[in-house]
Amino acid sequence: MPDLMKDAQPFKFYTRLHLTELTGLRASNLSQLLKLIKKVPGSCIYHHTHRFLQQHQYLSPEPPNDFAYWVSEILGEAALGEELASIDTIRFNTIRALREEIIETIEYYIKNNFFARLKFSSEGEEFHFMKSVSFISPTKYIAYNLSDFAEILKKVTIDSIYFHIFEARLRLEKPANDFSCWIETSLGIKELAGRIANLDPYTYTLDDLRQVLINVIENYVRNKN
Amino acid sequence: MANIKDYIPIAGESTIEDLQLIAGHLKGKVIQNVNSTSLGGGVAEILNRMVPLLRELGVDTHWDQIKGEEAFFEVTKKFHNALHGRPQEISKRDFNLFMDISNWNIKNMNTYGDIVFIHDPQPIALVKKRKKNKWLWRCHVDVSNPDRRVWRFLMNFILNYDSAVFSSPNFSRRLPIRQFLIPPSIDPLSDKNKELPQEVITSVLAKYNVPDDKPIVTQISRFDPLKDPIGVIEAYKLVKKYIDCTLVLAGGTASDDPEGVRVLEEVRKCAADDKDIHVLLLPHSDIEVNALQRASTVIVQKSLREGFGLTVAEALWKAKPVVASHTGGIPLQIKHKYSGLLCRSIEGAAFSIKQLLNSPRYAKRLGENGREHIKNNFLLTRHLRDYMLLFLSVYHKEDVVYL
Repeated sequence: MPDLMKDAQPFKFYTRLHLTELTGLRASNLSQLLKLIKKVPGSCIYHHTHRFLQQHQYLSPEPPNDFAYWVSEILGEAALGEELASIDTIRFNTIRALREEIIETIEYYIKNNFFARLKFSSEGEEFHFMKSVSFISPTKYIAYNLSDFAEILKKVTIDSIYFHIFEARLRLEKPANDFSCWIETSLGIKELAGRIANLDPYTYTLDDLRQVLINVIENYVRNKN
Repeated sequence: MANIKDYIPIAGESTIEDLQLIAGHLKGKVIQNVNSTSLGGGVAEILNRMVPLLRELGVDTHWDQIKGEEAFFEVTKKFHNALHGRPQEISKRDFNLFMDISNWNIKNMNTYGDIVFIHDPQPIALVKKRKKNKWLWRCHVDVSNPDRRVWRFLMNFILNYDSAVFSSPNFSRRLPIRQFLIPPSIDPLSDKNKELPQEVITSVLAKYNVPDDKPIVTQISRFDPLKDPIGVIEAYKLVKKYIDCTLVLAGGTASDDPEGVRVLEEVRKCAADDKDIHVLLLPHSDIEVNALQRASTVIVQKSLREGFGLTVAEALWKAKPVVASHTGGIPLQIKHKYSGLLCRSIEGAAFSIKQLLNSPRYAKRLGENGREHIKNNFLLTRHLRDYMLLFLSVYHKEDVVYL
């Protein structure tokens, strides 16, 4: 992939589109779920902890990851569901570490709630493991300064914002999101880069996140002028 | 017919730009779709919209049909039912007939595509012609609990494909080939889904003598036992004890579905003693389907098995409250009590219909949430994107692909 962050380089917007690949693996109780979480590829863990961001951009009663939803709604283990839903995904820099946290949470719960492992989903309501196949492509949008950058943020798809904020950091294991990296490395504006890096993007819908980013950048530009 | 730019007001300009971007990566590739009918049923409906749009995006897309006679389609209908888990008597002669017609198609059909995209089981055996090109099998059927003998028979062919595509995760099983999840979609600009003036809705009701003086409960479906039209009548009768309403059962037939006429007769017999039940055999008129959906107070889809259930997406797109079975791809479209109500029995369906008829504000909220959900996940633009990514996936085996 071309380097997005060379010194004094403009920011090239990429987009990420994804296809869902089925694995045929399914779990009908907590023990099976745990066993498969340990075994499936990282792309599966990524899919089930990030799918909601792009599929439910608006009002949705579902918690922010598929494991939490299934455990609460299908197995009726609301307490474990809440624990899984509140895992602070932004803290993790690798899928590996995120997977470990999920495993520990479920193992601890099973150890202390013996009867939870006896619950089964009914037929047709099993947990199906899937994975994301990402296709990453450059778009026509290039920003040369902060004002350009804010204008382009208004136009690009939410898939592009998703790629630079979520996928670049966790799946491609970069130190921070692409926007913060560029603003700090190429523009040298550490304060603004930090402000963006400190957002918890998992608690916004993608459209709200777009608006927050635009506001933060436009406010900065206005105050500097 | 709408062109790709007409979707900008609904999907957004950048979404259309993304489609153009992906299409550019398919330049030089010929995509050949193959199915068994050009008219009737969800597959033909999707391809009728999809093929021209892919072409407009610059993807060299074609659509061919295999040839088959009535006896062949009788057998493939049995396969279809058996895959849905319905007991069928399938003889050795049926399998032989399937292979005879398939072999004729194998001999006479040109499979010229760089990517040959086979839809459903009817043309599945064409893969025996496979050379160096890529082959994809698109399964529109609910195969979560298939008849083992038919599934094993089909596996002889499935294993020769590069990838299989299913509409719901429930249909996936351990396979030695890649398998993808691509739910189907509706076209918001088609005659079936576009906005309609009230005069058109009123005139369609008048044409079919459906009065609008009481709430209208509607199921739009082919006349097929798996759509359970008799179950819908029974549910309606339970509702009718408490709420005066009209039931509309409307649908057409597909040229590859010889069972339709028999089922229609049965339904008519069952509805004969109630003047408030309207059984309508519609011509292929999408505007009329659209008008009936828009005139309805509640829409039902009480299928026993369902590939995906596009009629649910159509109803939700019109912000209608829907009661539908927890089967196939329907739970992907309806989150219970959020974007509609799911049911598992006649009694459950009746209870939900009563709830919606008696609580119009609740019904309205479910319908509005449903429309938003369809807008975000089940429109044609998402489907076009997924198909183009699927075509690209046959040339890339990795999980992160840089184009």
